[in-house]
Amino acid sequence: MSGTETGPVVVELTNAAKHFGPVRALDGVSLRVHPGDCVGLVGHNGAGKSTLVNLVNGALAPTGGSVTFPGGTDGVRAVFQELSLCPNLTVAENLRVSHPGLTGLRWRRAARAEIGASLDRVFPDHGIDVDAPVDTLSIAQRQMVEIAIGFAPRAGQARLVILDEPTSALDAGIAEQLLAHVRRFCAAGGAVIFISHMMGEIFSVANRIVVLKDGRSVAERPAAEFTRQGLVDAMGHVVTAAAAAAARAAPGEIVIEAEGLNARRGEIVGLSGLAGHGQAAALARIYLARTSGWRTAGPSRSKQTANAVFVAGDRGRDGVFPLWSILRNVSISVLGRDARAGVVNRRAERTLAEDWRRRIGIRTDNLDNPLLSLSGGNQQKVLFARALASDAEVVIMDDPMRGVDVGTKQDVYAMIRAEAAKGRTFLWYSTETEEVCQCDRVFVFRNGTISAELTGADITEEKILEASFEMQDALPQVVPA
Amino acid sequence: MNRYRILLPVVSLAVLLGLTFWMQPRAMSYFGVNLLFNLAVPIALATVAQMFIIMVNDIDLSIGAFVSLAACVTATWLNDAPLIGLLAMAALILAYAGMGAVIHALELPAIVVTLGMSFVWGGLALFLLPTPGGAAPEWLRAIMKVKPPLVPMAVVAALLIAGVTHLLVIRAGLGTVLRGVGGNPRALTRAGWNVMQLKALAYAGAGLFGVLAGMALVGLTTAADANIALRYTLLSIAGVILGGGEFTGGKVSPVGAVIGALTLTLAASFLSFMRLSPDWQIGAQGAILILVLTARLIFARRGETT
Repeated sequence: MSGTETGPVVVELTNAAKHFGPVRALDGVSLRVHPGDCVGLVGHNGAGKSTLVNLVNGALAPTGGSVTFPGGTDGVRAVFQELSLCPNLTVAENLRVSHPGLTGLRWRRAARAEIGASLDRVFPDHGIDVDAPVDTLSIAQRQMVEIAIGFAPRAGQARLVILDEPTSALDAGIAEQLLAHVRRFCAAGGAVIFISHMMGEIFSVANRIVVLKDGRSVAERPAAEFTRQGLVDAMGHVVTAAAAAAARAAPGEIVIEAEGLNARRGEIVGLSGLAGHGQAAALARIYLARTSGWRTAGPSRSKQTANAVFVAGDRGRDGVFPLWSILRNVSISVLGRDARAGVVNRRAERTLAEDWRRRIGIRTDNLDNPLLSLSGGNQQKVLFARALASDAEVVIMDDPMRGVDVGTKQDVYAMIRAEAAKGRTFLWYSTETEEVCQCDRVFVFRNGTISAELTGADITEEKILEASFEMQDALPQVVPA
Repeated sequence: MNRYRILLPVVSLAVLLGLTFWMQPRAMSYFGVNLLFNLAVPIALATVAQMFIIMVNDIDLSIGAFVSLAACVTATWLNDAPLIGLLAMAALILAYAGMGAVIHALELPAIVVTLGMSFVWGGLALFLLPTPGGAAPEWLRAIMKVKPPLVPMAVVAALLIAGVTHLLVIRAGLGTVLRGVGGNPRALTRAGWNVMQLKALAYAGAGLFGVLAGMALVGLTTAADANIALRYTLLSIAGVILGGGEFTGGKVSPVGAVIGALTLTLAASFLSFMRLSPDWQIGAQGAILILVLTARLIFARRGETT
């Protein structure tokens, strides 16, 4: 199970880089995987893990450096985090999708036998019916099927299997079966690249650990030379000076209490943790509960519940109206308030939009230009303007700084502070620790639940990372609200 | 849920058939059944064509115009110069495959492209046959008029269509992959498939069955008209859904689709037997459709809760 420095190589990355425009998703990573290797790959969100997987898998071509397979690409498989099965097909039929060699009149029988055998090998006593359509299976069972397809022979033999967060949907017992199988697989000469946020799993299977940070490999050593704390330290940045302690209004009464978190009037509350651990879903539920009920819907229709506005991070999906002008994109949130007898008040609309253009610095000389004429960062400013222009007491922000440059970020931070001082409440989900450090209080999410609540000086990258990762021996202290 | 998927269309057809026989016992004969289901054959073929498109998460608003065009080609070229006629049919199928490839490659909404193409097909059909007419090839008329022992031609044809498409779409490996396109196209890309080719193939399948529908229709009516099958567009969509298919997710049932087409045809006859004025018939057909879909929704909900 030891990766020697010489001998055959399954895949070799030499200075591999992948740039998406100015974004350096992967910035020159070298990695060599030998048969029998189990490489643990760790890093924070956006460190480049998924990009590296896609380069090895062939889904993306490197923009620099090279990715070579001395023994060909046969037998190189990837099991992805988001499920990539066809839900309408049965388990056996899904094997057919990945295994075009199954032909002839009796392909179904062969497929059943092969996937059944693979499932039995990896997950003994799995209890999955290979003739069941995938959409009748639980999430864990689907993940098991996907892993089994990855390890199935498929007319050849798996030589390198990339497992991207394979255990996120599995319970401990099943996960242990998988880890045991990975160890057996590597002992028999297979190679695995294992990505996980569970430190215990990485230490349990990997013989070598590669730490990615900001698209670079910052550490690559045999697993035995790492400690858990050392690994977390290697992943994190050096913490910059904490947010300037601006004069903060004394927080008022609690205005939001849902999903296990709470927020007071005038408070900026951060939601942190690794991406996809339930933060965005929690925000969406909080927002929809406040705005989409029959009784509470509509601007200022209800006196009891605070109104909420939403600043989208995924602009294209739930932010902009792409065909509308900048003006209309800003004013949509206040049309009802400023209308006269149900008719849009054009003059008030324009005054308001001009006002916000100056205050937030939207770079355009004409608000009637189409929204898509703006850069991504400026489109995001439009969304901020839309939210802040309204009277809403609660502003919910779902990773709103995507594509916003550093200078603008500082302006927006200041504006959020000022608005909070006036009594608005902000719920702010972000994947960037720097932004989270702007908050008064931070809830860290892990696996859909809150794993820690941090306040004041405790809001540091280390503490957030600690709470984001599974650390059996060093559970962060949960401060009661 | 999966049992209901095929159970419900079967039950709907049985109930409707029972009611029809109860109202008009004379229909319960070799001749009567053939008369009831005669026109269901081209509709069943068009429904299967629509199913190929719905299977890959698209929808085809041009199938009615396309079947009309195929009927016009059958009644003119295929009758006068069989070779040119066959080449024209092959070209039509290729055009359909190309349409699928373009829809996928340019990420166009199928609903818009097919709506536009329906005018192209309609125009070509008018160009070929400005006034109703033409003639069915003798062999085609013979096939459609054949009288097998015991069960009438319409029933045999429906069974044959259901069996063949079940083999193609459900049993065959390639059909399974095609259904996968509707289920999760990304999974197929990741597994190394060229989704554009697969979509073109699905559209080609639709084109083939569309052409067959046009030929079957001319075999029955012995003449064609540029607008002969325009109502097939909505009938075929309704048939697929009635047969247990769903608009998205690659969940289709070929056997169900054929049964759906039979049910819709029978509904029209049933309403005539009830002496309902033709003005009300379309509305009544819609009501039957809504009834069946409601039943399906209730079953599906119940399946989820238990």
